[in-house]
Amino acid sequence: MLDIIVSVLTRTIVAGTPLLLATLGEIVAERAGILNLGIEGLMSTGAVTAFIVTFATGNPWLGMLAAILMGTLLSSLHGFVCISLRANQVVSGLALTMLGLGISGLWGKPYIGRPLPERMGRLNIPGLSDLPVVGKILFNHDWYVYLAIVIGIAIWFLVKHTSMGITLRSVGENPKAAESQGIAVIRVKYLAVMTGGGLAGMAGAFLSTAYSGSWNEGITAGRGWIVVALTIFALWRPGGAFLGAYLFGGIFVLQFMLQPLGVSPNLLAMLPYLSTLLVLLIYGLSKSGQRRMSAPATLGEPYVRGGR
Amino acid sequence: MNRILCLEMRGISKSFVDVKANRDINLTISSGEILGLLGENGAGKTTLMNILYGLYRPDDGEILVNGEVVKLRNPKDSMRVGIGMIHQHFMLVEKHTVLENIALGYDEAPFFFPQRTLRKRIWELSAQYGLDVDPDKPIWELSAGEQQRVEIIKALSRKADLLIMDEPTSVLTPQETEELFDILRKMSSGGHSVILISHKLEEILNICNRVMVLRKGLLTGEARIEEVDKGKLAVMMIGRQIAAAYPKADINPGDVVLEVTGLDVDSDRGLPAVRHLSLQVHRHEILGIAGVSGNGQQELVETITGLRQPLSGSILMKGVPLDHADARKAHTLGITHVPEERIKYGIVPNLLLYENSVLKRHRDAPFSSWIQMNYGAIKDHAGKLVDSFQVDTPSINVRVKNLSGGNIQKLILGREISGGPELLVAAHPTYGLDVGATEYIRKQIIELRDSGGAVLLISEDLDELFMVCDRIAVMFEGRFMGQVTPESCTVEEIGLMMTGSTIQEE
Repeated sequence: MLDIIVSVLTRTIVAGTPLLLATLGEIVAERAGILNLGIEGLMSTGAVTAFIVTFATGNPWLGMLAAILMGTLLSSLHGFVCISLRANQVVSGLALTMLGLGISGLWGKPYIGRPLPERMGRLNIPGLSDLPVVGKILFNHDWYVYLAIVIGIAIWFLVKHTSMGITLRSVGENPKAAESQGIAVIRVKYLAVMTGGGLAGMAGAFLSTAYSGSWNEGITAGRGWIVVALTIFALWRPGGAFLGAYLFGGIFVLQFMLQPLGVSPNLLAMLPYLSTLLVLLIYGLSKSGQRRMSAPATLGEPYVRGGR
Repeated sequence: MNRILCLEMRGISKSFVDVKANRDINLTISSGEILGLLGENGAGKTTLMNILYGLYRPDDGEILVNGEVVKLRNPKDSMRVGIGMIHQHFMLVEKHTVLENIALGYDEAPFFFPQRTLRKRIWELSAQYGLDVDPDKPIWELSAGEQQRVEIIKALSRKADLLIMDEPTSVLTPQETEELFDILRKMSSGGHSVILISHKLEEILNICNRVMVLRKGLLTGEARIEEVDKGKLAVMMIGRQIAAAYPKADINPGDVVLEVTGLDVDSDRGLPAVRHLSLQVHRHEILGIAGVSGNGQQELVETITGLRQPLSGSILMKGVPLDHADARKAHTLGITHVPEERIKYGIVPNLLLYENSVLKRHRDAPFSSWIQMNYGAIKDHAGKLVDSFQVDTPSINVRVKNLSGGNIQKLILGREISGGPELLVAAHPTYGLDVGATEYIRKQIIELRDSGGAVLLISEDLDELFMVCDRIAVMFEGRFMGQVTPESCTVEEIGLMMTGSTIQEE
């Protein structure tokens, strides 16, 4: 029994990692007022990019870098369309998803079914990794798992306790006020979207070069959409992203564990969305909750500089 | 240790697409002075100050600080030389705390834990000027007066020597206004200078050392405060010459068309906007409503046209009550509406001209029968409107958004009055239009009156009201301060009523 629990928790942390990375990115973008529905496409492109680069060089770190770069690049396209051209963010995001899935399908075709020579290595922490139970659950993972946690804490700190965070949040809440204090609103928005894209690409890289070690189409399996829901579930807070990512990661694991026992995986697959609705409902019912829940005030709205 | 001893704006001009907002304006202010900038809405006060704050660039003219020319390309430049501005609508992030708002874009705020370091600075400033706020409260929990204090602290923390305040008292209670004035006096005795934009004469007289008056983009007067009184200021603000009235058929007003009794209406913010107001409009009569905008005119218009629910009071249109906010019922009763925001509420910009020409009547014969639109009749109607109301358009098959403001307004007016309305409610019908379109629209309104219609005309343009109306009521804070006829009234009287003084009716 203990073995099963340890196994479930270990795999939960692993399954939550890509969700955590991409959700953190989406939170950064949305805090600046840009909705990015292209996460699924960005993750998928990140996954294929990382796979190809790792396959060619044998170095999964280079694969990760390439995936981050690709995510940044693709999301800057979304930024250009939404920020500079002020197009509809929903439409552009959906287009980005389709574009990303298309690109990754095309590029990944020759690599389907081929195993990766070198996967992302594990981080062994002497002493800690050997601990019974805890060591297995917490301290016996690959680098991505720890990087995600470090990045998450860093983003939480930056958003909450630095002037940079205040700038980011203000741009999403009231860009006019930010502009009147001399903030380059457009630049902040671009940087936020591109950061978000980079993290989505990194999440994809984890899937192909650490989690599975192979490439196949549909590798993201709807995780990009869970991320969009998760961002709301987390109430746009990095702390909430940790909770949500590992919770939803656990649901992912349970899908496989409970299937042999006759529990339909479809039932569990809908849990992330159901729980997001539930969060919206619970917070929506109380007045103070509504305030805490509310999305960045200008989320999805194009910003016109110096509008008269 | 003030950096601005003397600031000068020389020959400032600024045009927007079709409006000259500022024409060759000179302004000087020196340390310790409180300068009042007086003028009606649209006189160009805010534009001038936005230029000074680096938000707009002037087409012409220069700005000098202590005798040296400075270039103010953006708010950062202005802040750097020591200019701070507090907008009418506060530039605050509602969900953030006072500290976070002050830290936003503040060069001296440290990267890590900026809130912690700023707290001390805020306390110092609070103590020095009596600016009492809780630095850890989110903005949405603060009253308007407290939010304004946050804005002042924000400006002072950035070492603003010259503070521009745009209509600072419009959101304040009388007590808060007094507190604000105390703060401003403290600041001026400490060597700060203040430019106060206002259209309230009493405030200007109360707090300022000097006053400048703008009208239609021009500087029309400048004086030390001891040299003027309310009457003089009113004349400067409104202008002396009134254009001659348009010729009108010599007809006495007929039966009562619209009768409003004891109307109370709240604004969107839940504050009383119209207070126990009564009025009557007759056949063959144009009743004008004068007043600085924001004194309940908009809410009054919306209530009469069935867009807003009154709290109490009655509206009788030819004896039939309009007791709910029901725009269709208002329409069927014969009330037509030329709305203030013509693009937003007067037309559907993306529909074609002929489709717009029958809005509200599209469901009536002959424009439709049962479920089918009769496009033949609609296009005929649109063609006739375009001809008889001189709408300048390549065809009736264009999207209305491509027409100019004047032509859109002619189309709206034509659509509204071509059905022979009992009552036309026109809000600022010539605002922002060129001379030709303005004259045409005024003449059409008079023609409607001559042919038996009743008109309620809301305008801020006193010239317009004097030229067109049979009677003028002056609205202030939701009430009528008095009713006059254009022939037997002076600009001074109207000006005083517009700023809240009543006059005895003979």
